[in-house]
Amino acid sequence: MGILEVKGVNKRFGGLQALGDVNLSVEENIVHAIIGPNGAGKSTLLNCLVGKLIPDTGSVTFDGQSVLGRTPYEINQMGISRVFQTPEIFGDLTVFENMVIPAFAKRDGSFRMHAIESVAAEKDICMKAEQMLVEVNMQDKIQMHAASLSRGDKRRLEMAMCLLQEPRLLLLDEPTAGMARADTNNTIDLLKEIKEQRDITICIIEHDMHVVFSLADRITVLAQGTPLVEDSPENIRGNPKVREAYLGEAA
Amino acid sequence: MGLNKSDMTLLIVVAILALGAPFILNPFPVDSGMAQFNAGYPDLMQRFVIFGILAIGFNILFGLTGYLSFGHAAFLGVGSYAAVWMFKLLSYNVLPAIALSVVVAGLFSVLIGYVSLRRSGIYFSILTLAFAQMSFALAYSVLSNPKFNLTNGETGLQVYAGDPQIFHREGLPDVPHLFGIAMRDNFLELKMGGWEFTFNNGYYLCAIIMLVVFYLAIRLFRSPFGLMLRAVKSNQNRLNYTGLNPKPYTLAAFIISGMYAGLAGGLLASMDPLAGAERMQWTASGEIVLMTILGGAGTLIGPVLGAGFIKYFENIFSKINDNVLHQWFAFMPDGMEDFMVFIVHPFVGKGWHLTLGILFMLVVTFLPGGLVEGGQRIANLFRNRGKKKGDDDSYKPDPEHHPKETPHVAE
Repeated sequence: MGILEVKGVNKRFGGLQALGDVNLSVEENIVHAIIGPNGAGKSTLLNCLVGKLIPDTGSVTFDGQSVLGRTPYEINQMGISRVFQTPEIFGDLTVFENMVIPAFAKRDGSFRMHAIESVAAEKDICMKAEQMLVEVNMQDKIQMHAASLSRGDKRRLEMAMCLLQEPRLLLLDEPTAGMARADTNNTIDLLKEIKEQRDITICIIEHDMHVVFSLADRITVLAQGTPLVEDSPENIRGNPKVREAYLGEAA
Repeated sequence: MGLNKSDMTLLIVVAILALGAPFILNPFPVDSGMAQFNAGYPDLMQRFVIFGILAIGFNILFGLTGYLSFGHAAFLGVGSYAAVWMFKLLSYNVLPAIALSVVVAGLFSVLIGYVSLRRSGIYFSILTLAFAQMSFALAYSVLSNPKFNLTNGETGLQVYAGDPQIFHREGLPDVPHLFGIAMRDNFLELKMGGWEFTFNNGYYLCAIIMLVVFYLAIRLFRSPFGLMLRAVKSNQNRLNYTGLNPKPYTLAAFIISGMYAGLAGGLLASMDPLAGAERMQWTASGEIVLMTILGGAGTLIGPVLGAGFIKYFENIFSKINDNVLHQWFAFMPDGMEDFMVFIVHPFVGKGWHLTLGILFMLVVTFLPGGLVEGGQRIANLFRNRGKKKGDDDSYKPDPEHHPKETPHVAE
């Protein structure tokens, strides 16, 4: 039994069958990659996991509990964090404030009226935020406005915000899309570090084969809304069906 | 007091301004030609601080969360009605009146906020506007009929001799008072040379309440709750995926903001025991928005400045008539004088809205951060004088990156 179980999920948008009978089991404490050509349903699947979309049929359970019908913030409180394709951060706030918010969410839950004591008086929260910024090597940018960070730093910040919550499952939606090679390699290193240092399950959706093969322990190939194969990276590389559906003969 | 140094300085400055207002706002001797620009008389000073409270509260909603309420005047009106009812039923003591106006406005904002906050952006604004106009209609006609007269319609709610006033005793003044201290009386009238300064009981009650709620607003701005509200404005999507539910945060901000407006309404009625429906009309709501944006939305002091600015214009500019203009331009040749009066005439007196409109356009165009931004720019000019270019080691944004500008209105 994996930490995340997807069973018989269907999702239809009008005439388009975006997901057809998807079964997926993500084992605990591994990096599980989901790959597939454009329009294979990767993002739809991800949106079904975090509560943005509700599948037409099927079940999604996280650690034995169903996530269906729950809102994104409830699912996050269960221990699933999501990193977006384009970094979603609080652009108007400073890097430090960006880090403090998930720390409060982790400690106080989805709502707490906390209107008199100042943020600066919450010593343990501030310490936690600062430590995490040191860990991702952004301590020199602590007072910068998040909107003025470089794209790579925005991604790094978003990842740090997710990690601060100590999620059990981290979902990454094309974390290196549109990045320069150097930034991509930095992200790979960061993810490798995360994987080694923490008890965390990472589920990653990615186009870039270089990223997938340097990180993944397990790969599921989606094509036209249905899982084609699920196997280890070595076997995926050699699988003729995958070559045909996704990598193309030349790959 | 739990404030950092700069916030403490700000609070002290505001306290000095508020408590010293009778001096500060009366800079011209009584019989000088400039005396009409004096704003230090009780009625106007009361308005400054009361509308300051209103704008501080509005700013908690609009400045922090970006939700633009176009119906805040409804809470002001509800607060006034509640206060006058307390005068009618209990006594002229302002304490129960103010307390009830805050509570009633709070309950009222739970109702309106719960429904309106189901939508955001322009739809939220329209919903609040609709609610405010409904409240206006209710107050103006529906709730004022012989069988059930809650608001007394277009006459306005006031205290009559036949009202119960069950706690009214011999010896207590027959006007709003605080344990016998009449709000409209002055405790001190100073005459120094050509100057006159008036110290009014009601004004000082309002000023002290304003300082208290201003202090609470500073605490709220610096608190985790305030941070979450700013996060709502910045990126609701990320907030959702960070495990936080934006709805109760925005609703709480809406209610707090409504209670501030109710407090302002209660104080208005305490200074002048009359509540009329026109206080709830949409122009009144629009005025609150103008005050906040003019002063600087999202800043602590901005809304107070904006409120003072607009009330000053409303009361001072509207009093300048053609006679005054002729006096001003008397030194010019006759034809020239008439011409100047002709030019300036539309902008003063009844046309003060025109001047205000032009100023508002100028501020929004050139100082999108409001009067506060203007002040900061001037302060920076002074600070940078004498410094060489490039000396400034404060943070400079990377020219390669263009952070997107904060929108005035939440999307």
